[in-house]
Amino acid sequence: MKLVKTADDLDKLRKAVLAKRSPEKPVVSVCCGTGCRASNSAELKETLEKEIVKQNLKDKIEVKASGCHGFCEHGPIVVMSPKEIFYERVKLSDAEEIVRETVVKSNLIGRLQYIDPAGGERIKTENEVPFYKKQKRKILEKNRLIDPTNILDYVAVGGYEALKRALTGMKADEIIAEIKKSGLRGRGGAGFPTGFKWEFCKRAKGDIKYVICNADEGDPGAYMDRSVLEGNPHSVIEGMIIGAFAIGSNKGYVYVRNEYPLAVKNLTVALAQAREYGFLGKNILGSGFDFDIEIERGAGAFVCGEETALIASIEGKKGEPRQRPPFPATKGLWGKPTNINNVETWANVPLIINKGADWYSRIGTETSKGTKIFSLVGKVVNTGLVEVPMGATLREIIYDIGGGIKGDGEFKAVQTGGPSGGCIPKELLDLPIDYESLAKAGSIMGSGGMIVMDDSTCMVDVAKYFLNFLRDESCGKCLSCREGTQRMWEIVNNICEGKGKKGDLELLEELAVVVKDSSMCGLGQTASNPVLSTLRYFRHEYEAHIKEKKCPARVCKALITYSIDTDKCVGCLLCLKNCPQKAILGELKKPHKIEIEKCIRCGVCNEVCNVKAVLVS
Amino acid sequence: MKKLLPSANNHKPPNSKFKTIVDRYSAKREKLISMLHDIQEEFRYLPEESLRSLSNELSVPLIKIYGIATFYKSFRLKRPGRHMLTVCLGTACHVRGGPRIADEISRVLDVKPGETTKDGEYSLETVNCLGCCAIGPVLVMDGKIFGQITTKSVKNILKQTDKDRNKKEGVAG
Repeated sequence: MKLVKTADDLDKLRKAVLAKRSPEKPVVSVCCGTGCRASNSAELKETLEKEIVKQNLKDKIEVKASGCHGFCEHGPIVVMSPKEIFYERVKLSDAEEIVRETVVKSNLIGRLQYIDPAGGERIKTENEVPFYKKQKRKILEKNRLIDPTNILDYVAVGGYEALKRALTGMKADEIIAEIKKSGLRGRGGAGFPTGFKWEFCKRAKGDIKYVICNADEGDPGAYMDRSVLEGNPHSVIEGMIIGAFAIGSNKGYVYVRNEYPLAVKNLTVALAQAREYGFLGKNILGSGFDFDIEIERGAGAFVCGEETALIASIEGKKGEPRQRPPFPATKGLWGKPTNINNVETWANVPLIINKGADWYSRIGTETSKGTKIFSLVGKVVNTGLVEVPMGATLREIIYDIGGGIKGDGEFKAVQTGGPSGGCIPKELLDLPIDYESLAKAGSIMGSGGMIVMDDSTCMVDVAKYFLNFLRDESCGKCLSCREGTQRMWEIVNNICEGKGKKGDLELLEELAVVVKDSSMCGLGQTASNPVLSTLRYFRHEYEAHIKEKKCPARVCKALITYSIDTDKCVGCLLCLKNCPQKAILGELKKPHKIEIEKCIRCGVCNEVCNVKAVLVS
Repeated sequence: MKKLLPSANNHKPPNSKFKTIVDRYSAKREKLISMLHDIQEEFRYLPEESLRSLSNELSVPLIKIYGIATFYKSFRLKRPGRHMLTVCLGTACHVRGGPRIADEISRVLDVKPGETTKDGEYSLETVNCLGCCAIGPVLVMDGKIFGQITTKSVKNILKQTDKDRNKKEGVAG
């Protein structure tokens, strides 16, 4: 039974939902994104619920499983309203005390509070945590307020208001004009202006048209799309309905990675609820417009993030890209005009319709508008999802929000754009991040992965890593990409194994240009970026591998040896017991020794040593 | 229905679980990938018989189905072990030592990535990214995610399966 048939019905529904919810009623929100779930947050939510019943507080306190807060490393995260008290790394055994002390008496439990690593101060609320404080959360803002499996939570925070505005108050052309004016560009990587893309598809000849949400987030190290789909699926659905209405499409698809089971689950629930309430289906909000969305699961092929390969995959074929033009806007899914946007792009749409293009275009830089979510990961203190206005500098993101480099290491580079991107060195830390500046630096925006690397990361090894990834993921259609990535990998692998020779780097550069210029799709055209950018900024590291047979970061196994510092070694037997090769000799309380011939350089001894007595040279 | 492959003549008739999956998608050819997903969810891999049956049911040459099943990395053509270990080798996990975790498991269980231990207990797989980058390196065992893994913690995690097994078999653990 359809519950929301008109714009008025939506207003009434929201009023009814809000009337039942008192802002004073305490709510304990437990983050149930994939990251926190890995730290038992689902069990924690159940334990808190049981504890509330035990302490006779049922109906007085609500426990909510919220979307991803983005501060995954500190999970499970628990936020208690109305005072917004923030706890991190909560254990099941903390549940009883949290309910008794914090929820009932508002007493703070010191050990669960976040401590600012800079000043050592205990932080009380989520907004005061430096990681969040310096962000500008527009897309991720609602994740923490809603249970993604409850559509009423989304409606309560203003959800589907943009849909109402678009479907009952705007013409299709006005919506497109608004999106164009906002300056929104594709968040999937290439940054094509969204409004223009919609217009091409709208103007394309054909009675049947499709819209697709590209949720095949294949860039290793990027997970913002997973977080949005898992934590706030209705924002994507709402964006897609508005886009479909503007373009004139009645059928949409979400192509989502199968590696994201929770995203598939939450999206399935959200679609069913959107249908039940009448936001999907026939005659949406009485506008006469019909639209529905289907989920298609990807199957672990990176190339399917490329739009023509994605379309082939939805059609049930191998995900091989095809030549463009014709672009999907004129000839896409089943040969019909098709508009593809990425998850984050779709999630921006309701925001623009609600707040207006003028408001939106005031955020960001001259050419790149709005905010962008980055997944700040790797060797950085605060890892997690960071949403900042376009134009924020790398330094602001890595140091002000990320808290700088983890451990004693020194910043070396940040990798953006995944396997299609590049590594940006220390000298460019003050680079304002937008589509153009990143391209100029030899990288790309990509979907927003930002992997921080310190001096213990070998840049040749990083290039090898991406080449290995790409030679594996190349679909094999173009010779230049299929063989080129393979040959480049062989050269770099040889360099890492100490077999590099004079002329290798020149050959590598020549190959990189050929692969770039002669491959058909985005995968091949950008496959050289990791090599070219590391050669551009870290050529000396390649040279050290080739000429001196040394790995300055002490990563490449063939070029390093392990030994024990006899002055530091306390003779605890820990490394000896853990060595898989039994290559360590020694007795209790006497310095140990590594037998070089037996050592396979696995690094276990270094990892287990408590006194840092293992030397790598 | 016309038989497409001579060897398809003598294969076992499809079982009811298989039929349900094909019916779920009204035997539409374009839903082939969805059907393969569901078959794998049901049987934990794609048994050869099921691919032959699909070929018959959908009138799609077996070679095409095989092409798709091998193009996409998620699909397995061999029966996996009782426990599935998946090590993430995404960039964030890579820089935090993901490859060392995969090496350690390989060594402890004497199994290479993509293979199953001789006793059929464990399969080891590597993936490009699980999207849990902030808690890397990440290991997934039988669907449960473990974050911030070290070579030391690998053994403890593996012990959990031993405990489960002992419990099931009534051995004090």
